[in-house]
Amino acid sequence: MAAPRAQHPFTASSHERTKLFREKVARNLMLVAALALIVPVLAIIVYLFYKASPVLSFSYIIDDPGPMGKSGGIWLPLMGTFYLVLTSLFIVAPIGILAGIYLNEYAPDNWLTRAIGMAVTSLAGVPSIVHAMFGVGAFVAFMKMGESLIAAACTIAVMTIPVIVTATREALAAVPMSFREACWNMGATKWQTTRTIVLPNSVSGILTGVILEVSRAAGETAPILFTGAAASVAINTSSLDRKLVPYDLDDKFMALSYHLYMVADKIAGMPEEMKFGVAAVLIALILSINSVSIALRSWLRSRKKW
Amino acid sequence: MDSSTTSQANPAGASAPEGAGQMSIRTRDVDLFYGDFQALFGVSVDIKPNIITSLIGPSGCGKTTLLRSFNRINERYGNVTTRGTIEILGKNIYDADVSLPELRKSVGMVFQRPNPLPISIYENIIFGLRSHTPKPELGRRGDLDDIVESALREVQLWEVTKNRLKDRATTLTLEQQQKLCIARLLPLKPQVILMDEPCSALDADGIERVEELISELRERFTIVMVTHNMGQAKRASDECIYMYLGKIIEHAPTAELFLNPREEQTAMYIEGRYG
Repeated sequence: MAAPRAQHPFTASSHERTKLFREKVARNLMLVAALALIVPVLAIIVYLFYKASPVLSFSYIIDDPGPMGKSGGIWLPLMGTFYLVLTSLFIVAPIGILAGIYLNEYAPDNWLTRAIGMAVTSLAGVPSIVHAMFGVGAFVAFMKMGESLIAAACTIAVMTIPVIVTATREALAAVPMSFREACWNMGATKWQTTRTIVLPNSVSGILTGVILEVSRAAGETAPILFTGAAASVAINTSSLDRKLVPYDLDDKFMALSYHLYMVADKIAGMPEEMKFGVAAVLIALILSINSVSIALRSWLRSRKKW
Repeated sequence: MDSSTTSQANPAGASAPEGAGQMSIRTRDVDLFYGDFQALFGVSVDIKPNIITSLIGPSGCGKTTLLRSFNRINERYGNVTTRGTIEILGKNIYDADVSLPELRKSVGMVFQRPNPLPISIYENIIFGLRSHTPKPELGRRGDLDDIVESALREVQLWEVTKNRLKDRATTLTLEQQQKLCIARLLPLKPQVILMDEPCSALDADGIERVEELISELRERFTIVMVTHNMGQAKRASDECIYMYLGKIIEHAPTAELFLNPREEQTAMYIEGRYG
């Protein structure tokens, strides 16, 4: 490289050109990978709704399923999943959020905190079918709930709690430490600080985390398989209140995920569009719960600024 | 939170007794450890009421640690062990019967970066009262309005904020925010105000005005201020404490310390030869 160059030192040498070329390749490769993320989403949604289009209608949503689900609508499974989400939320949100607050705001760094942390991590790694078996043992049998909405909701709650604790901790940790310092130095207790300053500024993150996780879990089949889901239920939905709230807490219930599992594979002569109809409604329900919670988050966020 | 116990705990009252030779803060042989790391070594110091005392010294010498131990806020930052005694208004604050919320009500703190709470200007001022007063005793709206007005007047913030009390405190300029952070301590009628580099986030004008404010406040409070700014220590404080490696090297009236330091080390630091 000792030979004098005719070029100005700022023009790229051949080594520089190789570097720049590699930079471009690396960048575009990663861009393609990132873009690939939207392909399955679009493919799933478009394909599902295309295949389901023959049955999708208002009456499909609000009618009860016909015999074996070969005809009729999906009102009962839809309501089952909806109330499963709601019941699980009521069980898991208080416990998960309170535990998350304790771990983030109070817990000293000692063996107990570390043990709780490890429990949370381990619980998150347990496969959902194992949660289902636990639910059968703990809630259905031992606590004598029977196969019921409440037993299934408890199972979903146990399954989702690690993610909810983690989401709560992350949302709390995002609140600047300086707010807490300001409160403590005026003699506010930790609870006063948490209640008046930390929680109002993290509630958006906490709520979104909780709702997203519970709706995701409620879309799963395994945890409700043995704990309360039924292929069909005998419920007369002719009265309006029975139509809106078809299940009691100790009833077996129909759910979209389990209904899909049944109609997709278990029943001979099932019309194709009935299978896709269930899948389309399930995904639409979960996407709309997600959108609502994201809208809620941005609304809550727009009200805080620091 | 009983108001009668509060007044017993603060015998000096809002107006410091004339000519009482009593020290505001008196520490004896304070050793402080973060885990195994010793941050303070045998600190014994007497801080007088109604003056501004600056803590100076190079980074990591324990100024902020000492400041934070005056309202025991250190203990919120993890595994801290303190030995020795720190008497404030004649009471060892490490005694078992000391209530930390009460202590911190009497010994407030102002931080390096202004940290107004993400609520309205009005609510920032009465936040302390709210956390120390049972709801029924908090007073009527009119009383609270008066408290807010007088606190904001004392920090010369009333004129600029009186028409926007409902605005978020974070919409104020940094200088105004810092004044607000001082003002929100006042309704609690503190005895001591601790300041951890209160001007370091401000521009020159802001520094001047906040220093003026602090200087006015000294008449009613004991003010202890950590500063890295030699000029500020010289201008704004009545006494200076020079610390190095967790020890107090020299404590003297400001003029004396800057003109005639007793210790070679102090002289070297204030001349800017290290630190």
